[in-house]
Order: sequence, then structure tokens, then C-alpha cells
Amino acid sequence: MNLPGTHYRLRIESRSNLPAWVGAVSAIIGVFLALVVGGFMLRAAGATDPIGTYIEIFKEGFGTPADWAAGLHALFTGTDCPKGMQCFGPFSDTLVKASPIMLTGLACVIAFRMKLWNIGADGQMFLGAWAATAVAVFLLPKTTPRPVMLAAMAVAGILAGMAYGVIPGFLKARLNINEIVTTLMLNYVAYLWVEYFVVVGPWSLGDFESTGRFPTSATWPRLTDYVKQIPVAAGLTAHPGIFLGIAAALLLTWILYRSRWGYEIRVIGNNPKAARYAGIDVARNIILVMGLSGALAGLAGMNEVAAQRELNGRFQQGLGFTGVIVAWLARLNPIAAIFVAILFGALLVGTQLIQPQGISSMLQGVILFVVVGTELLFHYQIKLEKAESTAPSAAEASHD
Amino acid sequence: MAESADAFEMRGIVQRFPGVLANDHVDFAGRVGEVHALLGENGAGKSTLMNVLAGLYHPEAGEILIHGQHVVLRSPQDAIANGIGMIHQHFMLVPNQTVAENTVLGLNRPRFFLNLRKIEEQVQALGEQYGLSVNPRAKIWELSVGEQQRVEVLKMLFRGAKVLIMDEPTAVLTPQEVEGLFVTLRDMTKRGHTIVFISHKLDEVVAIADRVTVLRRGKVTAASVSARGVTKAQLANLMVGREVIFKVDKKKAKPGDVVLEVNRLCCDNDRGLPALREVSFQVQAGEILGLAGVAGNGQRELAEVLTGLRCTTSGTMNFNGTLLNRHTHWLELGQQLAHVPEDRAAVGSVQALSVAENLILKRFNRPPISKGWSINSIAVKQNAVKLVKEYNIATPTVETHVGMLSGGNLQKVILAREISGHPKLMIAVHPTRGLDVGATEAVHKLLVEQRDSGTALLLISEDLDELMSLSDRLVVIYEGRIVGEMPAEGADIRRIGLMMAGTKAES
Repeated sequence: MNLPGTHYRLRIESRSNLPAWVGAVSAIIGVFLALVVGGFMLRAAGATDPIGTYIEIFKEGFGTPADWAAGLHALFTGTDCPKGMQCFGPFSDTLVKASPIMLTGLACVIAFRMKLWNIGADGQMFLGAWAATAVAVFLLPKTTPRPVMLAAMAVAGILAGMAYGVIPGFLKARLNINEIVTTLMLNYVAYLWVEYFVVVGPWSLGDFESTGRFPTSATWPRLTDYVKQIPVAAGLTAHPGIFLGIAAALLLTWILYRSRWGYEIRVIGNNPKAARYAGIDVARNIILVMGLSGALAGLAGMNEVAAQRELNGRFQQGLGFTGVIVAWLARLNPIAAIFVAILFGALLVGTQLIQPQGISSMLQGVILFVVVGTELLFHYQIKLEKAESTAPSAAEASHD
Repeated sequence: MAESADAFEMRGIVQRFPGVLANDHVDFAGRVGEVHALLGENGAGKSTLMNVLAGLYHPEAGEILIHGQHVVLRSPQDAIANGIGMIHQHFMLVPNQTVAENTVLGLNRPRFFLNLRKIEEQVQALGEQYGLSVNPRAKIWELSVGEQQRVEVLKMLFRGAKVLIMDEPTAVLTPQEVEGLFVTLRDMTKRGHTIVFISHKLDEVVAIADRVTVLRRGKVTAASVSARGVTKAQLANLMVGREVIFKVDKKKAKPGDVVLEVNRLCCDNDRGLPALREVSFQVQAGEILGLAGVAGNGQRELAEVLTGLRCTTSGTMNFNGTLLNRHTHWLELGQQLAHVPEDRAAVGSVQALSVAENLILKRFNRPPISKGWSINSIAVKQNAVKLVKEYNIATPTVETHVGMLSGGNLQKVILAREISGHPKLMIAVHPTRGLDVGATEAVHKLLVEQRDSGTALLLISEDLDELMSLSDRLVVIYEGRIVGEMPAEGADIRRIGLMMAGTKAES
């Protein structure tokens, strides 16, 4: 058991009865450590000044105080932003990036609360995007009023994502098929499904690999649309999608802590045996929660197509997986997920210009890895101790 | 070595857990060739102290001497190398491996080639030497609980243990098996082994121990007194710190209508083998029916079938005029049918939820706790505050997670929840297992009050004393069959013991 070549050995012991704030502290320390580790990787990738790089990323994601001051001044005086789009531009971009991962993050939060490891938010989001597109481009006329069109798209996205989440939920509930495997594999089915329609199939506009621009009624209004009334909004792409995420987070909080259903979910998530003992229908709840999780991811898909104003072959994969990280960093708390999603939105925006392009994913990965690792270290202690040679016992010899 | 030399000695052991001083400068020693009982309520620090001796915990202060030599025990391997072995309450055996394979499991020897034949012979010889006959080629799952315990003892002897720590070894045995164990233990002490016998059961301690040490709240209240000169009452007093009444105070039962009628009930266990074979009985309102039997004879399955956690294969259950079957809506039935499950932590409660949230587990779906879709948090809190007061649940706040409560208080949370629903039938499985004397007394009182208020009770327990003193009628289960029925008053404990062991009742 000793470490090779030494008289020392490692012991791992669990610490019990940790106070509640330890979780939050460990997450903050974890993010800090992740930035340190990421800094070394940035060095290795060629950055001469990792701290400077982080500051740049932060500026790109949130803007500087000077930008905000200038922007606020322009807003109240009704003038143009003196710095072009730089006043609120960074934060606006961050919100645009944050809105889908907030929804996929919440999709993971609700599923993970019941220990359903739905890692298929990506696929559910693709199906949501597909269904919203079908409604926007192919089912409803272009002249449909915008609120009706957007509502119809949202309903379509929710239903498609829900249906796509219910499939693995049903398999899990009735046949006990591992949802990790099914949700993961269904992602690829969804990617190919969308690719078929958009790249080669019936929705493709030839070589454009796209459905083409949506009618205006099927797109999110952007801040820049109101440039006449608010000059400082020029060029800002922020859209109301972020409010969908915030509303969903509030709804989830209500469901989890104030509703009968949420009580059932928390009982099942913490102790399925006690749930059965109380007479709670576990199988039904697996299907329902997977449906809700898929619905939130599907809504994220609708949100994305309404923001991008088309569905094309480059529709981004991986936002569902970022949702897993968001959910985990938020410690499965819906309200915390709002802030974590915005932070991750900033990270995505801030790293856009960094070469090589993988830096963003690398930092995401490092953050998850280090934060989970830190949490582990907070809950367990590792001891290095000297292995004293115990006397070879007479007993051991006697039976040989 | 002298006859009365200390095999081991622990001096000034201090072991602290967050918020608890589990062992407060405890001195404890075991002589060569004695049975030394370690007595104490739950949470008194007995298991902690023995886990220190077995190398599982590392005390903050204190020293351990083996045959007068200072040792540092960093792991169970260190402890066994020094001749100290512990047999835990839950056996550490691999069910689908043989006795011989389990014996060598985790050993460094043999290094490479496993000569199973040779080991089987050694196990056989060791067993004959100590009167612990077990077929070394039998698979663990084929053995009875008593035999499995012998395998655990053999395992430790094979590893050369001179000091054997046994954590509540009789909890799972029939009276006859207990006697067999005692014979083995006496034989072992004659051969110079030292036995540390951890127990709550005062009768057994008085019967087997040479000396007794009593712990209360981490401190020694009686150090190595001779077991010859003490009475049960004195020991109980030392354990609890006050007088304890052993007899359950109850009036004669006034049985009413039949509340539960079980007819030729059959069901399978987790392995798909028959667990219940045509079980029939009735429970009337206002009576306690005790179900006696050795663990694993179908009691758990019976409780699960009656509460909808397991499917029947045939037979009927008639509860208060309605048939219970796969169409029964158990959540709706809710609190009419109360269940105090065997495993209070893993089944009866949700450890990560608060006391208040656990107290609504069976009534969260009906007013006043919930209206429509939402749960009324004020009503949840009121419900909790009321029950905590009524049932004397010791908890810092109603928001405290039940995982932080002691076993006795957790059981009170469960009982409070089940009883306050005014059930027509209550199924209580091992309601006092692992509870200290004080908590046991409280639980017994609650159960008798339930009976007197007209509830039908089915009490499933391994503790014959408890069954005899609480029940009005007794039935005995063996291998899934009801093998006998009798009034509890004046029942012959030896005859029940024989029935529990599968011997047909005479006449």
C-alpha cells in the first residue's frame, strides 16, 4: 500500500457534517484555481501574459467601467455611444450567448435533481430548433403577428424537446435502460436529423445549407431595432430570450420548493426507496421530469433559431453540454444557474477572438474539472502518513 | 504469560467527531482468557472505542498497548497483525463465494498461487478445533445467519486474532444459536483468546461476561466490574443514569373488528425465490399481533407486500373491507395504513430533507399541507412544530436535516408521522432495533397507546423479549410459513425458540 519506493502512504478520509456554506466557498475557490490552471495552459498555448489574457476576456465579456459610464450617459442624454458599439456591446453579446445555456443549464438542473443524468440536452435543443423552424417557415404564414408566431414557435420547440426527452425517460421508467447512454446517443440522431433537413434534405436552399432568413415575425426583436428611440442601442443584438431563461429559473424554483410535484422530485432524488415507501409513483415522475428537462432544452433551441433568424448547417453543437457544466457549477440551484450562465456567456464571448479556437472549450473543461475536484477535496481529506513497519505477527507466520 | 495478564490495554482514548466527543479519556483493557462486555446506550461511544482498537479510527489522544507493548494501529491490517480482529454487526462476506474463499479474501498470502484445497483443509481443521463446524466449500448464501457468523469468527481466527471484538453478535440469532455462540466463546477463552462483547442486551451480558465496562456519553461509568456481582437493574442504571422499568405497562387488550385479513399469501424475494408460502392471519383493531422469527424468514417481504412495495404471487389481503392489490392507489390510502419500516434511514426517511419535510412524507398530497398544486409552507411548519413538541423529538430546529438526528429521534420522527395520521393498521418492523434503553421505552409506550386507541398493530421483531411483553397474540414464521400461533401471555420462550429454528411444535 505504500507509495512506490517510500515509507509513506496516502489515506483518503471523508469529512462529515460540513456546514452549508462550504459548497459555495468550494465553488468559488474552484473557479479561482481553474483560472490558475487555465493560465498555465494559456502559457503553453502561446500567451505571454495569461493574467492579461484573463483581463481581456473579462473586458470582452462584460465591458469596462468606463464603457458602462459612457453608455449610461449616452442612454440618459439620448445620444450615440461615443465608442461605437463598445458601450454595452460586450454585455449584450454575453446575454445573447447566455440565454441558450441558461435554458439547457436549467434542463440539466431539473433532471439532475432527480439523479436522472440527462446529457441529451443538446439533442433536445436541436429538435426544439427544428420544430420551431418548421412552424416559422413552413406551417404558419409570414404575415402571422409576431407575438403569435413567436409563441407558436416556443410551443413547438417545447413540445418537440419534451417528446425527445420523454423517449429516454420512458425507456428508463419502464425498462430501466440507462438514460446516460440513450440521451447521449439520441444527440447524434438529432444532429443528423437536422443536418438531413437543412443540408441535403427538403429544407435546404441548395448550396446554402440553410432554411434561409426567417420572416421578421419569426425572429426575436433586437435592441438595435429600437435605435431611433434609443440611439445608444445601435448594433446591440440582445434579445428577450434571456427573460425566458430567468422566467424558467423562477418557475423551476417554485416547482422545486413550493409545489407538490417538486416535493416528489426532491424525495425521489434524495431517496427513491423512501419515495416508493410514501406511495410516490417513481416511474411516472421519471417520465415527467425528463419531459420537463427536454422541454427546457427544446425552448433553448427555439430561442436560438429566433435569435439567429435561420436554421443552418452550422447550428452550434455543444450548448447542451455547456448546460451540464452550468448546472453543476450552480450546484443544481435554478437561481444560481442564471448567474453561472451569464458568466459562461461572458467566457464564450471573451474567448471568441482568442487563437487557437479551442481555448474556450479548454477553459470550460478545466473549470468543471477543477471545481468538481475542489468539491471532492472539501468533502474528503487526503493524508500522507508514514507507514510504520508493524511487527510481523506470529499469527501470520503460524498459518503459512 | 500469567493467567490474568492484559491482552490489550487502551489508556486515555480521546476521539472527537464534529460536535461530539465520542470517547472522553476512556480506559479499557481485556485480560487473556476473558469475555469482557462493553455496555452502553446508542451513541455512548462503544463502537467508536472498538473501531479505534480495530485500527479504523485514529484517536486524538491516548495509547494502546498489546501485551504491554506500545503499538500504533493505523489500519485494520495493523490491528489484525497485532492479533486484534473485529466482527461487525453487518457481516463482510461475499455471498456467492465459498467459505474458504471468503476466509482468504483480502489477505496478502498466498502471494500468487491460491491452493484452495489446502485452505479448505485449514479452515476445516480450525473449525473442528473451535467447534465451529462449517463446510468450507459451501457458498455463503447457502448458509444460515448463525453459520455466516461462524465464518466471520473463522476468518478472524485464520488471520491469527487473539482478541476478538464482536459488535452485537446475538442480534440476528435464535435463542438456540445464541447458546451455541456462547459455548464457542467460552471455548475460545479457555484457549487464551480475549472476547470483547458489545451489547445492549443485559441478560446476555450477565450470562456470558466475566467483566463489564459501561460507557455513558463517551465516559466510563463502570470500569471492569465483575459480572458475577451485578444485577441487570444496576447495569441499566449505569447505562442510562436513571432507573429503568423493564416491564411494559399495559392493560388487557380489547380486540375489535378484523382490520387486516391475510389469506394464503405468497410472494417472491429479491432473488425470485418464494419468500412467503401461503401465509394466513388476521389482525383485529385494538390488538398487537407479534410476528416472531429469525431474520430472513419472510418478515421483510411480508411487510413490503402489505405496504405495496412488493407484488404478491398469489393470495389475498383484505384491509378494512377493501382488497389490496396492484390496483391499489397507495398514495391515496396514505395514512390509514401506517408502516414503520425496518430501515429507518434508507426507507423511512429522506436524510437530506428537513425534519419538517420528512414529517409530511405521507400527507403532502392533501390539505392542509397542500392545496391544488402548491404546498403550504406555513402548514408544513405548523405540522412540524406540533409533532416535534407532542412526540418529544430532540432537534435543534424543524429545518434540521434528519440525517443529523440520532437513531432514536429519527424513529420518533417516523412514529410521529405515522401515528398522527390516525391509522387503522400499523405495521412496525424492528421498531426499537439499535435504540437505547430510554428511546426503546418511549417507542414501546407509543405503540401500546396506539393499540389502546383502537389501531390494529402488526409488530415484526427479532427481539423475543420485546415481542412477548408488547404483543397480545404471537405468530411464528419460519421459511415463509406461519408455524405456530399462541397468546403472548404465558407463552413458553423455549418453545417459540424451537419454532423459530424450524422444529415442529409438539402436539
